[in-house]
Amino acid sequence: MTRILVFSTNAISDMGIDLAGSSHVDYPVGVETIAVPCSSGINPAWIVHAVKSGFDGVFVAADGPECSYLNDCVARTGKVIERAQALLKEDGLDPARVKTAAICSVCSEPFVNHMKQFSRALEALAIPPAAPA
Amino acid sequence: MTGRRIGVVVCQCGGNISDYVDTEKVRETIEKDADVVSAQVQMFACSDAAQQDAIREIREKKLDGVVVCSCSPKLHTATFRAMAERAGLNPYQYTQVNIREQDSWAHTHDRGGATQKAIHLARAGVARTALSEPLEKIRVETLPAVVVVGGGVAGLRAALELSEMGISVHLVERAEELGGHVARWGNLFPNDKVGRELVHGLISAVRARENIAVYLGAELLEKSGRLGAFQVKLRTRSKETVELTVGSIVVATGFEPYAPQAGEFGYGLPGVVTLPEFKELLATGARPLAYQGRPVRSIAYVYCVGSRESPDRSGRTYCSRYCCSATSHIATVVNGLDPSVRQYHLFRDIRTYGRYEALYEKALRGGSVYLRYSEEDPPSVTSSDGQLVVKVKDRLLAGEEVELRPDLVVLVTGMTPRENSELTQALKLPVGKDGFFREVHVKLRPVETVMDGIFIVGAAQGPKNVAESVASALAGVSKAGALLMKGYVNLDPLVAAVDPNLCLWCEECLKACPYGAVRPVEAGDKQIAEVSSLLCKGEGACVPACPKQAISVRGYTNEQVTAMIDALAQEAA
Ligand SMILES: Cc1cc2nc3c(=O)[nH]c(=O)nc-3n(C[C@H](O)[C@H](O)[C@H](O)COP(=O)(O)OP(=O)(O)OC[C@H]3O[C@@H](n4cnc5c(N)ncnc54)[C@H](O)[C@@H]3O)c2cc1C
Ligand code: SF4
Ligand code: SF4
Repeated sequence: MTRILVFSTNAISDMGIDLAGSSHVDYPVGVETIAVPCSSGINPAWIVHAVKSGFDGVFVAADGPECSYLNDCVARTGKVIERAQALLKEDGLDPARVKTAAICSVCSEPFVNHMKQFSRALEALAIPPAAPA
Repeated sequence: MTGRRIGVVVCQCGGNISDYVDTEKVRETIEKDADVVSAQVQMFACSDAAQQDAIREIREKKLDGVVVCSCSPKLHTATFRAMAERAGLNPYQYTQVNIREQDSWAHTHDRGGATQKAIHLARAGVARTALSEPLEKIRVETLPAVVVVGGGVAGLRAALELSEMGISVHLVERAEELGGHVARWGNLFPNDKVGRELVHGLISAVRARENIAVYLGAELLEKSGRLGAFQVKLRTRSKETVELTVGSIVVATGFEPYAPQAGEFGYGLPGVVTLPEFKELLATGARPLAYQGRPVRSIAYVYCVGSRESPDRSGRTYCSRYCCSATSHIATVVNGLDPSVRQYHLFRDIRTYGRYEALYEKALRGGSVYLRYSEEDPPSVTSSDGQLVVKVKDRLLAGEEVELRPDLVVLVTGMTPRENSELTQALKLPVGKDGFFREVHVKLRPVETVMDGIFIVGAAQGPKNVAESVASALAGVSKAGALLMKGYVNLDPLVAAVDPNLCLWCEECLKACPYGAVRPVEAGDKQIAEVSSLLCKGEGACVPACPKQAISVRGYTNEQVTAMIDALAQEAA
């Protein structure tokens, strides 16, 4: 089973994820969510720790331009992701294991689609590339 | 293993959870975990009986942390925090774990998987709780005084109601008179009240109040301080500076009608006017209906001008809400003046919601003709020898082109945000994509902003008619009143805090903090960062900036999140 850790935000994206459930739309059961106040406050070290502890990937369900705390939340979250990717690379891990997208409070469908796609992308990463002939 | 004594409740939610998750298996597994000294299954964890059980368990087993695995934290965090408090437990040592919206309801076809996931989530909740600290709510004193910015219908009503509660009000209006837009509109929907009279009634009531001070031609320049005691600077008409201390600020700065571009639906041609211009023409009362000396025998209204545009055209993707009803109402007014005037409504959708539908029916019965256009194929407005020509493809006639030669074209213009960058800057208010002030949540917290103690009411928050503007003003008043009447409020203590052992005062957190909440303090022989718990919003922008992992948001510390990740990653037995 592909395991994805999602960081959601208390005020916005966690509600979008809730809505997927309330609408009884299934997404992969390997997806587990930790809600934090704002995506700009995620420590890149947490992302790296998750990948090292056995999660195949980490998805940051950001507030995007809807963030009620910060007008520049998108830029700040972008930096968190970049930093996490750089740290993963330093440890020889694939930066494609981290992904982010804005998930609004009613974005249940986009969330489910992201989870399905990301899950497939991570499965493909898990298969070692065929040795050159 | 932390030596903590944690109790776990697994809720079945009357089948909403237990139909898809083996709640007994979750209980059994979690009960064996370190730090867990009690684990129960409840049919409805939020019921009185279940809460009594939990309280008994907290007391008897001397629990120092509780985890309830049930529905979304949005629904019952407050319920269970209060329960913890009743049992003598610090409410911040309670954790809500979502195994309904984010588990049972999302994985209805995989009972085994959903059960495993519930175990993971429960463990993460236990891990977080095991590292929780008792926190005290932050108590702040509040002054019973409010600045209301903007004296339109929303600001006037807000001022009156606050005054009624015994709160002193400073009403700041940028224009030379109170009243806002409504004063200009003549007869209003839905019940033909006259705008000027409505507003003047409110203004004289405000003037009669001893505890309302009105400042005309004035603006709010600066704000400092915090909820309960904001220091505010105003500039008055005579360019004097007035300094006030107030407990709360209500922003009621309203909207601006959309101003069409030259040439947009023929705007600029003689005989093409906006809805505000037409309303004012009607309000002057000249009869028979004439425009620039020429009689008006037929009118074409073009709806949704400056509203509901596709995102690649502008940020005005929203519906302006008032305009369908206002235009249907105007058609009935025109009909009353002269039933022989022909009226054509070129609309995209008619959104006369709720009881305003009656206006649309009345307009229809009065002979108004409705033609439906699409955004991709909008009507064209031109002029030939001084005669206006409107061409529209009517979707209800399978796209057949209809040509009209009206005496007047009325562009049904929407609402746009007012230019208010100075105020936005002074109050540090967030603005949405649409340019209106942004609420915390459009449905759940529609008049609150992230700035505690600052409320947005009326059309400043988004398009609203008079009734909706007043309703939102009353909501703002009750929020402000609730904050100020008691004389103090308790704030959530989930704000950032610094570990003095790790901090080296590199200033990175200060630079990252958007709210000016960080400052240096002496700690023994070194300087360290200190966070003002009154200014900090707890969003954590400083957290990724700190090179020492010295700063974190309470409830989301480095140790807690790391432990949660470990708990989730652990294979469920
Ligand atoms: C053409 C037209 C017709 C309408 N007809 C109807 C109708 O028939 N029925 C109905 O219910 N609704 C109608 N409406 C809607 C109605 O006008 C609004 O609902 C109402 O005006 C909103 O009130 P408000 O107080 O929020 O804003 P406003 O009326 O915009 O008042 C805001 C006030 O704030 C002041 N202000 C702005 N910025 C500052 C600042 N920085 N400092 C100090 N003061 C400031 C402004 O000068 C103004 O006085 C109509 C709207 C239009 C455009
Ligand atoms: S109320 Fe009617 S005219 Fe106004 S934007 Fe909405 S749909 Fe268009
Ligand atoms: S960023 Fe970290 S180390 Fe630097 S001053 Fe702030 S808390 Fe201290």
